Amino acid sequence: MATTTTTVPSADPVAGSRSFLSRLRDGDEIARLITFLFAASVVLITILLVYELWQGSALPRHQFGFSFFRTSVWDPVFDQFGALPFIYGTLVTSAVALLIAVPLGIGAAIFLAELAPLRLSDTLEFFIDLLAAVPSVIYGLLGIFIIVPLMRRVIQPELKQVLGILPLFKGPAFGLGFLTAGMVLAIMIIPYIISVSREILLSVPRDQREAALALGATRWESTWKVVVPFARAGIIGSIFLALARALGETMAVTMVIGNTPIISASLLSPGDSIASVIASQFKEATGELYTQSLIELGLVLFLLTFILNGLARIMIVVTSKRGSGLGRA
Amino acid sequence: MKRIATILLAGLALGCFVLAQGTLSLTGAGATFPYPMYSKWFDEYHKKNPSLEINYQSIGSGGGIKQITEGTVDFGATDGPMNDDQLKAYQDKHGSGILHFPTVLGAVVPTYNIPGVTASLNFTPEALAGIYLGKVTKWNDPLIADANKGVKLPADDIIVVHRAESSGTTYVWTDYLSKVSEEWKTKVGKAAAVKWPTPTALGGQGNEGVTGTVKNTPDSIGYVELIYAESNKIPYGNVKNAAGVFVKASLAGVTAAAAGAAKVMPDDFRVSITNAPGKDAYPISSFTWLLIPAKFSDAAKRDAIKGFVSWMLTDGQNYAEALSYAKLPKEVVAKEKKALNNIQ
Repeated sequence: MATTTTTVPSADPVAGSRSFLSRLRDGDEIARLITFLFAASVVLITILLVYELWQGSALPRHQFGFSFFRTSVWDPVFDQFGALPFIYGTLVTSAVALLIAVPLGIGAAIFLAELAPLRLSDTLEFFIDLLAAVPSVIYGLLGIFIIVPLMRRVIQPELKQVLGILPLFKGPAFGLGFLTAGMVLAIMIIPYIISVSREILLSVPRDQREAALALGATRWESTWKVVVPFARAGIIGSIFLALARALGETMAVTMVIGNTPIISASLLSPGDSIASVIASQFKEATGELYTQSLIELGLVLFLLTFILNGLARIMIVVTSKRGSGLGRA
Repeated sequence: MKRIATILLAGLALGCFVLAQGTLSLTGAGATFPYPMYSKWFDEYHKKNPSLEINYQSIGSGGGIKQITEGTVDFGATDGPMNDDQLKAYQDKHGSGILHFPTVLGAVVPTYNIPGVTASLNFTPEALAGIYLGKVTKWNDPLIADANKGVKLPADDIIVVHRAESSGTTYVWTDYLSKVSEEWKTKVGKAAAVKWPTPTALGGQGNEGVTGTVKNTPDSIGYVELIYAESNKIPYGNVKNAAGVFVKASLAGVTAAAAGAAKVMPDDFRVSITNAPGKDAYPISSFTWLLIPAKFSDAAKRDAIKGFVSWMLTDGQNYAEALSYAKLPKEVVAKEKKALNNIQ
């Protein structure tokens, strides 16, 4: 406590006014302590979460060890549990979602921030925020009633005809599966990418654009070569925010993925994801090993998110060093 | 300000006191399948006995068994009876047993979508087990075709649909398949969630998910609860029962299955009535149970639950059919009334 006096020079004790000042300082201390506790609670909750997941999954960790990550049998009757198909499904659907959502989302953000008239941009932003607030089960219903029939009747047969030689598009067209789940996820995460990226692009200082234009750049050149690189770190941040949502999405995915734990190179095949299997099976899971294996899946999902977030951090640091040298926008 | 606070506090305290004096509340948790029935019963019973309030959380059968074993609820509810290990776990923890009380019955029906086929199909147990084992792969397989003379079945691949989440419906379905197929029993077994043996199968979330998937997928077959199929007017097939008769599922057929089983009903009511004897019996039927501790430390709670169960067995049964649940047969009701004396 004594060390804080150096940072608050006016708090130098002077006889007479001391009591008032120290009271003020005490108030500061209290505020500092309270806000510190709030901040610390975030860390505490995270630690508690990992601890609980770790404790709760002791049985399968001892019984299966690392083979939990390698095996793909999920049999509640004979107590055999392997996480591989679920990890695979989570990663594949998220990757498909990003592949679709990133170009669309960033393109839309550039249009809204740089090219569209401000009034149009603000109106559209209102709708985008609205989309981001729609509950995921609604997207799941949209998936079941519109996307799945469309995929089965039109998109998947077309894909098979054109790209059928690739292992990615083999097998019968069910309508349900990795590709459909990825598409629904893409629709869900696009608003996040647009909304955050647009804010970041708008916050790029005006003089950056003006300097580029003054040097003879066209409007597109100034956008693409100056503004977007300037905002790169923030845009990557928006992508990882979207990825985090895709990884953990439960309801919408379980409604369209087909819920069969298989690993297949074909995007048309049904599959399953970590969040989806936990939500589906936890409620009626009987037997310690079964319940604890589901908890271990939760731990796996946590680790996956943790690793990908770490990668995002590294990517932001690396790209901002290589880029304009300016940190986070 | 201070006075208002004092008055409010006093009022609150008084309110709590009155509540504690006047009403007794029981909490239960478990099966989702009978939830509409239970919530109707608890509501009606509360109207008759305003001093008793029963809260029920439909968290699933597994959760119900877990919570009653841990003693966090006054009673549980399940779609599949507790197994011996679970009973032993309860006995070890509480020093006394747990009792099963059947409440109503439900059934599971096969539903399908074959383009061009509008007739109600007949399914033999061998055909159903074969399809779900992945051995009968085409709709025109003799195992299906022989039971459906006159129906033109396509030579297309059968797509199997099952419940994605663990559920009592899957328990009844796999319990039935285990009884009619030795291979199913050893390879897959019966449980609320199993490892489906077919190379590709689609999982639907809930009855509505299975129905939606079957509707959307040509040449598919799935299974749903009878209540759901009836209220949504979904086509479903007839199943050949143990007496060799093809029976279309109906509430009467389910009660007939239960009556057939009543003769062999064990004293603890833990009985599976799939593939029950009797020519009218629908073979994929099941009871759903309340789980009630044999010993209560609180006499008021004990009397309240006994009162409720005896009402449920008599007047309560009249509400069942309006909600598409099958009533208990008389023999079972009589046996349960006797068993009520075992609650101490």
